[in-house]
Amino acid sequence: MRGRTVYAYALALGALLLLTAFAFAVGRFPLAPGELAALAANKLFGAGYAVAPTAETVVMQVRGPRILAALLVGAALAAAGTAYQGMFRNPLVSPDILGVSAGAALGAVLGIFFSQSALVIQLGAFAGGLAAVAVVYAVGANVRRHDPILALILAGIVIGTLLGSMIALLKYLADPYNQLPAITYWLLGSLAAVAPADIALAAPFALAGLVPLYLLRWRMNLLSLSDDEARALGVPVGRLRFAVVCAATLMTAAAVAISGIIGWIGLLIPHAARLLIGPEFSRLLPLSMVLGAAFLLAVDTLSRTIAPIEVPPGVLTALIGTPFFLWLFAVSRRTWQQ
Amino acid sequence: MPGLRFALPIAALLFAPAAFAQAPREMLDAAGRYVRVPAKVERVYAAGPPASILVYAINPDKLLGWTRALRADEAPFFPARYAALPELGRLTGRGNTANVEVLLKARPDLVVDVGATAPTFASLADRVQQQTGLPYLLLDGRFGAIPETLRALGHAMGDTASAGRLADWCERAIAEVAARVAQVPAEKRPRAYYGRGPHGLQTALGGSINAEVMEFLGAKNVAGAMSGGLAVASMEQVLAWDPEVIFTNDPHFYRAVGGDARWRAIAAVRSKRVHLSPHLPFGWFDFPPGANRIIGLYWAGKILYPELFRDDLRAKTTEFYRLFYHQEPGAAQLDALLGEPGVMPR
Repeated sequence: MRGRTVYAYALALGALLLLTAFAFAVGRFPLAPGELAALAANKLFGAGYAVAPTAETVVMQVRGPRILAALLVGAALAAAGTAYQGMFRNPLVSPDILGVSAGAALGAVLGIFFSQSALVIQLGAFAGGLAAVAVVYAVGANVRRHDPILALILAGIVIGTLLGSMIALLKYLADPYNQLPAITYWLLGSLAAVAPADIALAAPFALAGLVPLYLLRWRMNLLSLSDDEARALGVPVGRLRFAVVCAATLMTAAAVAISGIIGWIGLLIPHAARLLIGPEFSRLLPLSMVLGAAFLLAVDTLSRTIAPIEVPPGVLTALIGTPFFLWLFAVSRRTWQQ
Repeated sequence: MPGLRFALPIAALLFAPAAFAQAPREMLDAAGRYVRVPAKVERVYAAGPPASILVYAINPDKLLGWTRALRADEAPFFPARYAALPELGRLTGRGNTANVEVLLKARPDLVVDVGATAPTFASLADRVQQQTGLPYLLLDGRFGAIPETLRALGHAMGDTASAGRLADWCERAIAEVAARVAQVPAEKRPRAYYGRGPHGLQTALGGSINAEVMEFLGAKNVAGAMSGGLAVASMEQVLAWDPEVIFTNDPHFYRAVGGDARWRAIAAVRSKRVHLSPHLPFGWFDFPPGANRIIGLYWAGKILYPELFRDDLRAKTTEFYRLFYHQEPGAAQLDALLGEPGVMPR
């Protein structure tokens, strides 16, 4: 088992590094390899090569931040998915199970509907995601006569549907020439508009969500036991669950606020990681994050390079994700149990 | 549901006699459909915003209502009695909000849609016509077809004189602009980008209805190599295109662009050639895709080729608004339309 873990980590980190280097080298703006190398030398080692200011803008303001955003969003969604799949003891759970994406979407759509600026739309998405999960959690926690996990998931589905119909209503009422396309593009998800400021805004929240998951990494394994068994081992199940929901929601909301809705990563990547090294959470979480970052970076690099216009990454993740997930499901019968 | 199925034909019968009191005329519409139009048309239901603008321009007393109620900033551009016309919803296109019963309740003599004449819209027209018994004309909404559409609509409404005046004006304007643009050699035509949406990254591809004004003026649409409708471009792609002129319809994007290091690397931003299109009461550049864009030809023309478009834009705007909106804009309104920094070239 140990050898396999090292091997998997080496592979994943190697792939991530190669992909990142490749992502810097390609793009719609033509940059000569020499220019890139000179710029890298300037920034990393303080060399003084002359670089065209536009080339510097492309790398430092556009391509670089976008690569960082892909890494950040991919890692955050994968981490949230890993935590939820462990906590809900269910391999079909994704980070939006408790309505964070639907809430974020409603927040963003409201911002677009009221013709707000890009920053307000982002903040709306973030706040909407947090608010939706808060409501779902409150509802789930107050239904006492059912299994708490079932109550939480049901509340998530029901409130997610309600939010979905509110989004549909706003789309229906929106100005079809301006607002409707903007809403559609937001819901498709994209990193096309990422600016350095977006990362500065989202990264602290994503990190703040990661800290509790890291601190609780040993206890997370106990959540895969039934509640009674876990309690018998002295685990405060309710409080632990609350902490995990808070952490995963914070990470997902921060990610969705800058990227829009990008599906599949939070569902697919934890499976791939589990297939590689098994379900032990403290080892699984970092690998999931590395794989999630690499996967979204690969998809986003495709979506920004294959055509003059953007190909929505959500479409690509689904195209790649569906067959991969079916294949995983066929081969990974035993990896769920420890 | 069976109740509704019977109710509609009955309703149609109730309203039909008024319409058929005089000998109806057979008209061929732009989708190749024969439509029986009553001899006297007093009440017209416009199925979409472009149609409502044309009906209103030809004879405002015959327009039953707007597709959506005019907003507070739009209403002052119209005489009060027309600004207060009710909201009747739209029947066609994206975001159709009309209810067939609302349509029947409005008791129109004629339903008009101006826009795409593709089979989708022709079949919708046929269906509504069958369901309601109301004559439904589908007319061509493309830029170059506006004079012809005005004349056809004027003929159907029985307002040939006023429709003819408007059509002549549009024809002259289109011909005048086309003649000016024809003088510009290919290398003098600027590379232009149309940035929509809060990030300015939504753009109009070649041949799209949103880029019609820009392309009619001979500007090289940087996103024109691909044809289609709207799409999202990446920031890097816009940097690679490096447009010389940027048009936008989004005030947030317009205000943010000068302070954004990414956009400042673009020629148009550095030379302060980013322009926010006037949008009241209807857009000048893009939406709705109707006759409202004709005044935008002079505005965008002045931006692209200042030495060829020496028209007094305030006078032009006043003339256009008087003809089409039946009210001359006041000095403050003209200031609001044209005075905002960035709307006009410096």
